[in-house]
Amino acid sequence: MEFKKNLTKGFFKDNPVLVLGLGLCATLAVTTNMINALGMGAATTFVLIGSSVLVSALKKVTPNDIRIPIFVVMIATFVTIVDLSMKAWMPALSSSLGIFIPLIVVNCIILGRAEAFAFKNSIWDSAVDAFGMGIGFTIALSLMSGFREILGSGTFFGFPLFGSAYKGPLMMILPPGGFLMLGLILAFINWNRIRKSKGNGGSK
Amino acid sequence: MNMNHMIMIAIGSIFLNNFVLSRFLGICPFVGVSKKLDSAVGMGMAVIFVMTLASFVTYLVYYYILVPYQLEYLNTIAFILTIAALVQFIEMFMKKNMPSLYSALGIFLPLITTNCAVLGVAILNIDTLWPDGSHYTFIESIWNGFTGGVGFTIALVIMAGIREKLELADLPESMKGLPIAFVTSALIAMAFLGFSGMKIM
Repeated sequence: MEFKKNLTKGFFKDNPVLVLGLGLCATLAVTTNMINALGMGAATTFVLIGSSVLVSALKKVTPNDIRIPIFVVMIATFVTIVDLSMKAWMPALSSSLGIFIPLIVVNCIILGRAEAFAFKNSIWDSAVDAFGMGIGFTIALSLMSGFREILGSGTFFGFPLFGSAYKGPLMMILPPGGFLMLGLILAFINWNRIRKSKGNGGSK
Repeated sequence: MNMNHMIMIAIGSIFLNNFVLSRFLGICPFVGVSKKLDSAVGMGMAVIFVMTLASFVTYLVYYYILVPYQLEYLNTIAFILTIAALVQFIEMFMKKNMPSLYSALGIFLPLITTNCAVLGVAILNIDTLWPDGSHYTFIESIWNGFTGGVGFTIALVIMAGIREKLELADLPESMKGLPIAFVTSALIAMAFLGFSGMKIM
């Protein structure tokens, strides 16, 4: 079924971060705890859906030669909406995500979906695809930040897991931990893929 | 011009808050263009050039166009358009007037528009406050852009040097490519974390 394929391909098979390698800046920077990860995931998903729908709706009147600047302006509009709403209603989250909210503009996932999918497909399909990709991005962020928060500060969504005396490797919530965790997650995905392809008759 | 501020900005954006290794800006070119030393140096030079010019132009756009008309909330849109136009203009200008430089840096320029380090430095220039509550001045913004680019280049060149050697290493199959690149960056980032002992800010 087309609908289900459009929706779920972003979750794991074509996960924007873990498989396609897009949007790495935000993935590394905001995943120090689960709340940040979900906030960033929600903000990016909103921008993705909004810009995909708009790109798809205006694809007939968008001149092909200058489509990229037009996409960027559309994306920047939605990012500004998110930025101002977050500052108004969620000031704590907004200040902990900081510069990475305006930087959603240059997140390659969004421009990538506009160019590769929304510009060629119907409004409804684009919205579904954008939602799936947004969920996939959120899954990747949650995976990263879940490990980093539990290992680094011994909490999950801010609740202490191992008692207040827990002294974990602080490095996990510092910058090197982000690089290390992403490296290990990608290695695990590779390992899993190699193992599966060997299981299917040893052909690589 | 406050010499103390200039030194603080330089050490801050090259070592303490390195754009790549501690602020996570410009990760895509950092892992994408770090396979060969030559292209890493080329990319680094292009980024220094664009970041310096982008700081210059976005400062003028912000303080002489957006602030007088009270349009500060449009800074994201204004900056990304300014940067896109700037990169396009540099590319056209180089192609016409500096063909030798264009052949060295040209292929990296289109990639730079979507480099978050460039938009990042523009936003940081207007967001960062000194302890006394004042903003970066014009010269300090340009200097921040330049030193930020230098920090990016240092990280990129170190990474490319290590990755060229890693090509020859006997790695487990599943670590090859991106995973080992990230684990290596983790180790470099850890080394740079050592600079945070310097209390200058």
